[in-house]
Amino acid sequence: MNLLNEFLRHLLFLPQQASEWARQLDYLHYFVFVTAMLGAWTTLATATVFVFRYRRKHAEQSTPIVDPKPIHEAVFIGLPLVLFLAYFAIGYPQYVRLQTPPRGAIDVYVQGKKWMWKFAYPDGPNSTDVLRVPAGRPVRLLMTSRDVIHSFYVPALRLKQDALPGRYTQVWFNADAPGRYPIFCAEYCGLGHSAMLGELVVMPAAEWDAWVEQQRRGGNPRAQDGQPTAAEDVDLRGSIVEQGRRIAAVQGCFKCHSVDGSQHIGPTWLDLYGRSVKLENGKTIVADEAYLTRSMMEPNAEIVAGYKGVMPTYQGKLTGPDAAAITEFIKSLRTDAPTAEPQKGPAYVPVTGK
Amino acid sequence: MHTDAAVAPSRLAHHFPDMKTQEHAARMGMWLFLSTEILLFAVLFTAYALYRFLFPVGFEEASKLAHVAMGATNTVVLITSSLTVALAIHYARHGENRKVVGLLAVTILAGAIFMVLKGIEYHHHWVDGQLPGSLYHYAGLKGPGVSMYFTVYFLMTGLHGLHVLIGMGVLAWVAVRAARGEFGPSYSTPVELSGLYWHLVDLIWIFLFPLLYLV
Amino acid sequence: MSQSPASSPVYNEPNYLDAEKGLRSWLTTLDHKRIGVMYLVLTLVGFFLGGVFALLIRLELLTPGPTIMDAMTYNRMFTLHGVVMIFLFMIPAIPGIFGNFFIPLMIGAQDVAFPRINLLSVYLYLAGAAIALVGMINGGTDTGWTFYTPYSTTTVTTVAPVLLGAFILGMGSIVTGLNFIVTVHTMRAPGVTWMRLPLFVWAMYATSVIQVLATPVLGMTLLLVAFEKVFGFGIFDPARGGDPILFQHLFWFYSHPAVYIMILPAMGVVSEVVQTFARKNMFGYKAVAFSSLGIAFVGFFVWGHHLFTSGQSTFASGVFGVLSMFVGLFTAIKVFNWTATMYKGAIQVSAPFVYFMGFLYFLVFGGLTGIALSTVSLDVHWQDTYFVVAHFHFIMVGGTIMAFLAGLHYWWPKMFGKMYSERWALAAAVLVIIGFNATFIPQFLLGNMGMPRRYYSYPEQFWPLNVASTAGASLLAFGFTLILFYLIASLVKGRASGPNPWLSRGYEWNTPSPPSLQNFPQTPEYDRGPHEYQDGPAAAEVKHAH
Repeated sequence: MNLLNEFLRHLLFLPQQASEWARQLDYLHYFVFVTAMLGAWTTLATATVFVFRYRRKHAEQSTPIVDPKPIHEAVFIGLPLVLFLAYFAIGYPQYVRLQTPPRGAIDVYVQGKKWMWKFAYPDGPNSTDVLRVPAGRPVRLLMTSRDVIHSFYVPALRLKQDALPGRYTQVWFNADAPGRYPIFCAEYCGLGHSAMLGELVVMPAAEWDAWVEQQRRGGNPRAQDGQPTAAEDVDLRGSIVEQGRRIAAVQGCFKCHSVDGSQHIGPTWLDLYGRSVKLENGKTIVADEAYLTRSMMEPNAEIVAGYKGVMPTYQGKLTGPDAAAITEFIKSLRTDAPTAEPQKGPAYVPVTGK
Repeated sequence: MHTDAAVAPSRLAHHFPDMKTQEHAARMGMWLFLSTEILLFAVLFTAYALYRFLFPVGFEEASKLAHVAMGATNTVVLITSSLTVALAIHYARHGENRKVVGLLAVTILAGAIFMVLKGIEYHHHWVDGQLPGSLYHYAGLKGPGVSMYFTVYFLMTGLHGLHVLIGMGVLAWVAVRAARGEFGPSYSTPVELSGLYWHLVDLIWIFLFPLLYLV
Repeated sequence: MSQSPASSPVYNEPNYLDAEKGLRSWLTTLDHKRIGVMYLVLTLVGFFLGGVFALLIRLELLTPGPTIMDAMTYNRMFTLHGVVMIFLFMIPAIPGIFGNFFIPLMIGAQDVAFPRINLLSVYLYLAGAAIALVGMINGGTDTGWTFYTPYSTTTVTTVAPVLLGAFILGMGSIVTGLNFIVTVHTMRAPGVTWMRLPLFVWAMYATSVIQVLATPVLGMTLLLVAFEKVFGFGIFDPARGGDPILFQHLFWFYSHPAVYIMILPAMGVVSEVVQTFARKNMFGYKAVAFSSLGIAFVGFFVWGHHLFTSGQSTFASGVFGVLSMFVGLFTAIKVFNWTATMYKGAIQVSAPFVYFMGFLYFLVFGGLTGIALSTVSLDVHWQDTYFVVAHFHFIMVGGTIMAFLAGLHYWWPKMFGKMYSERWALAAAVLVIIGFNATFIPQFLLGNMGMPRRYYSYPEQFWPLNVASTAGASLLAFGFTLILFYLIASLVKGRASGPNPWLSRGYEWNTPSPPSLQNFPQTPEYDRGPHEYQDGPAAAEVKHAH
């Protein structure tokens, strides 16, 4: 069974199975795949045989009228119907199970925001883009979105749920294989849609308990934004832009700077690079790499008109490569839009209860 | 007044075998068109139903701001106009083109009265800031769903008003043809079809009025 | 009266192409055949544009990071690709071209019921296409063709013109559908009973019902989005109590049936093609005819299968899921009947037939993956991934475009009286079928791996399959270009095809090729169904009433 599972999983290019639900879903997938392939190829092989068997012999050959008997149509209707309903009979209960979280599940609040995932544990730590869960315990995700519709997608769990603005949706899983799995956004949400990546870290339960305990004690002042562990610092996801975004998230830049053009405590980063910026002292300066780096290190030297000098210096907190990565990230935030009206994102309405 | 024989051949398009088929086609086309109109409004009725369900209190309070007297007058005006249009169809079939012109003129006048009253209502809402969505700034009533009521109100009555205007235009064109004496026992399809359209416009209002003003 | 009608002396008037000359005669024509040809030119321009956008998308996805454009351009590109392909090609193409040209010929009518409204639909198409395209290119619409709120109402790009353009295109579509329904009901020649109606006409009839009943809903919904975007009406805005999911329901109430607007005509085309090239009457005529109506009907009640992961109630998901199975069931009935039609037939493997076989293959797999998606739980993994992209391209490209090409090659001699090079046609057909497989089979696997759609850049594990897909797309593009060349060449110097090169007994072949300006000198009268090949070549298919 295990061998067959692995064979079919590789044949179909499916990712790892990190939960029992994922395994069950794959079994249905295999069943559908094998039966559908059998049916399809039987039909198509019949058609191909007919093509060879009944080639035209002369141009105006006459052929008999062949009309179906009721039994033919009954078979044509009955066979696929039975098969399709069998698929549904297996698939629908699985879906219902996914929508029904068990009692005692650990709650995690998930908020999608252009273009990052924020996770919050009740009475516990927050984190951006990295979701830590214990292996072998059910976790319920309560999701909403700050702006547009996002969709939380973990291929390894075969799990997807839309995060909607102004509403909460929920989904649950019980990951049983410790490891690190990518989180994607599956609902198109604009410029950074394909960079809205996160990571699901499934930890052995004891390790997770220790981690939560440490976070609660507040041992780490920067824990609010999910201080990456040493392992996470080796970013396997590649590009410098992506690194810049993660560093910015870790450093808490997004508490004041938006990346989607909306007004906040600090100027938005969208389309910032290369723009002529009017300063408080009346001068105009082009926001190039030098200016951006200077603003991180000496934020109060050149304040943009209309903003207050409330930004702390990041001198010493950011290494050279970190600052460069953030700069690259800012450079990547471009709309090239003809109209540059600021966005009016819908308000976040918290729902009380539970 | 035309006689039967004079009218029929000139009205027959080349691709129809006979007049009966042609009129059958025209009538069927009109009914299909009316069904698309109903589906157009169906979207708004769906939105109304959903938001009424989500915001029962907001909708109830906001609908008290609607001007029931003017709405009721408009209802009477439109129902009357449906009667005059029905009579116009009747006289067109008997070839009494002059009566057709008169009745259609009354219908168009009723449409105009409707639009004027609607305009006055709109003006009141505009002055009070009872406007859709982000434009809503009426201080007298606030709460969830109130601005949504006006969104739905303006969309529904606005689309309906547009249909009244189009209907008046179509009826005016038919009235001109009636003035030329074109209709008779063998040919009255344009009067019938434009009358059908006017009935639809009327019918939609009969649904809009209780939903938006009374409930 | 038993004579071969095409050689009948009464057909001595000029054909519809030569009857009048000059651009003006085309722009003001009320002739359904010329309107069909105008749609052919216009929709092919749309197809070409959409194809170029598709190639640019595939090129961008050749490498994991940025390749030839930035993220914003990419987002605009897939929006353009979707809008152009769906609204300017898939929906209008087969109804506009073949529906206009052949429905009157197939039912023995001189024209459609409302020729002037028919011409109006061409101009609505032109106006809608112009507004949508200019608006999108100037305003840089980046919402995707689905215009999901609140993204579409909050994006910094301009969205209103494309919504207006789509609304106008929708009106053109309604008008065409309305025209066809009335035509089929009122203008059938004596002897063309409902049970002798060519299957293409049945399919077009079912399509028209969807066009008339579903398109107004889309039109109004798109206008609501435009109102919200421009004036802030708040009807889908969660901050003002609006419900973004309402948009999805209204949108898919049209856009799912719209999928059947795209595939049903294709099914009609291949029904004609298989009967002609297998020289057999349809096995299970009634099953094929009524399953078209069945798809049209059930198609209205399955839209919620696009919302399985949106948080809709599990009960609703179950109902929508099981109803979706029935669309697959009706499609399966058709597939079996087409296959059975070849039994004891006399099959001629020409280019249209090769496309029919390609269609059959792609529809089977496209349909079965659709069934897999509607098992509800599997959709949780596949929703919004490349699996869905591959699934609907199997139906849209593998189904509709294969059928479109089958119809184009089958009816080309009928429409223009010229024959293309059969050898080139076979080569192109093989190329297109191979290219299609190479493009979209990797996308199924990408979906299984979990690659979401509308991704500008992607993690490296998705790289090899994306390269394969792009390579396939270039083959596909090459095949389409080849087709364009030899078809145009056939117009210039192709040999005359004669009235009925395929020796088909479809009703539409009872006229000369190309048909004369007036379809029939007198109303034809039929005493047998189309595509009955049980007796020898001498039999007549038509007799003329006096």
